[in-house]
Amino acid sequence: MVKKFKRSIVQCLSSILMNANIAGFWRGKIYTGKSKNLCLPILNCYSCPGALGACPIGSLQVSAGCSTYGISFYVLGFLVLMGVLFGRLLCGFLCPFGFIQDLLYKIPFPKLRIPQKLDRGMRFGKYLVLAFLVLLLPLLFADSYGSTIPYFCKYLCPAGSLEGGIPLVSMNKPLQATVGWLFSWKMFVLAVVILTSMMIYRPFCKYLCPLGAFYALFNRFSFYRYYIIQNKCTGCGLCSKVCPMNVETMKTPNHAECIRCGMCKNKCTQNAIQVKKIRNFKEEHYEKIYKK
Amino acid sequence: MITKMKLQFMQCSILFLAVIIMVIGIINQEYESVFNKAINICLECIGIG
Repeated sequence: MVKKFKRSIVQCLSSILMNANIAGFWRGKIYTGKSKNLCLPILNCYSCPGALGACPIGSLQVSAGCSTYGISFYVLGFLVLMGVLFGRLLCGFLCPFGFIQDLLYKIPFPKLRIPQKLDRGMRFGKYLVLAFLVLLLPLLFADSYGSTIPYFCKYLCPAGSLEGGIPLVSMNKPLQATVGWLFSWKMFVLAVVILTSMMIYRPFCKYLCPLGAFYALFNRFSFYRYYIIQNKCTGCGLCSKVCPMNVETMKTPNHAECIRCGMCKNKCTQNAIQVKKIRNFKEEHYEKIYKK
Repeated sequence: MITKMKLQFMQCSILFLAVIIMVIGIINQEYESVFNKAINICLECIGIG
């Protein structure tokens, strides 16, 4: 319970620190300081009045057109670096939109259990979003001046609507006059994500988030990883039962979907799930036992 | 199946590659395009245009 509370504190602090330009919220203006040269390692809209850094997914899309190589090496290198160091730990502990979804799921509301096959299929959605909306479409449809539409931000991103759209439009009168069908569409997407977040744990992270998809590619190789200590594990399966991302922790402790929330680790009565590296430990030891 | 040696090799290779890619991006001053986008309100992001 205390450990779970600690994660919420980290998430809360991270959300505040990354959006610390509080004055921007009532002025209806965004921050324009030098720190916006830097990308944040999580999905946080750079048009949020409080944002101190740039959104990596937004930056990746806009740089597709203007970069000589079709992709920003600066942003890509940064994301790979974060991915290999932390994997999806960033989703579980630092992402403000993930934190909002965590809070929404705590609201007493009928919870929905998606059938396993459908759930697995839908999880590919985020890879499609990454491949098409974030990488391919901005690259293919960039004009001769190098400007391109950030398709993901424009048509899908609920974080931009919540963190940027609502505060800016409500405080900035010239923007209010320009609101049209696109704003209505984005509010609809946001409403759907909010509603489903009360019924399903982190639906946006599971099915749509391109940054989650990117970090998921590195989860198996990241420096921050989970280990199952073979001689401590009794195979009770409690870790898999409590996992909100539906990961079978004892079989695949470093599964692409694991956001390192630590629920399995906290629940394990044998302390068999560990983070630190163990000498001479081979990850496949435990997998072998379960394949028998 | 990943052995400890293979895993460490992969981790270090990816880490090295990431740093190289990022340094190339910094040398090309790609952070300027990130900055220019981030200091202006992104109308697409907030659902205006």
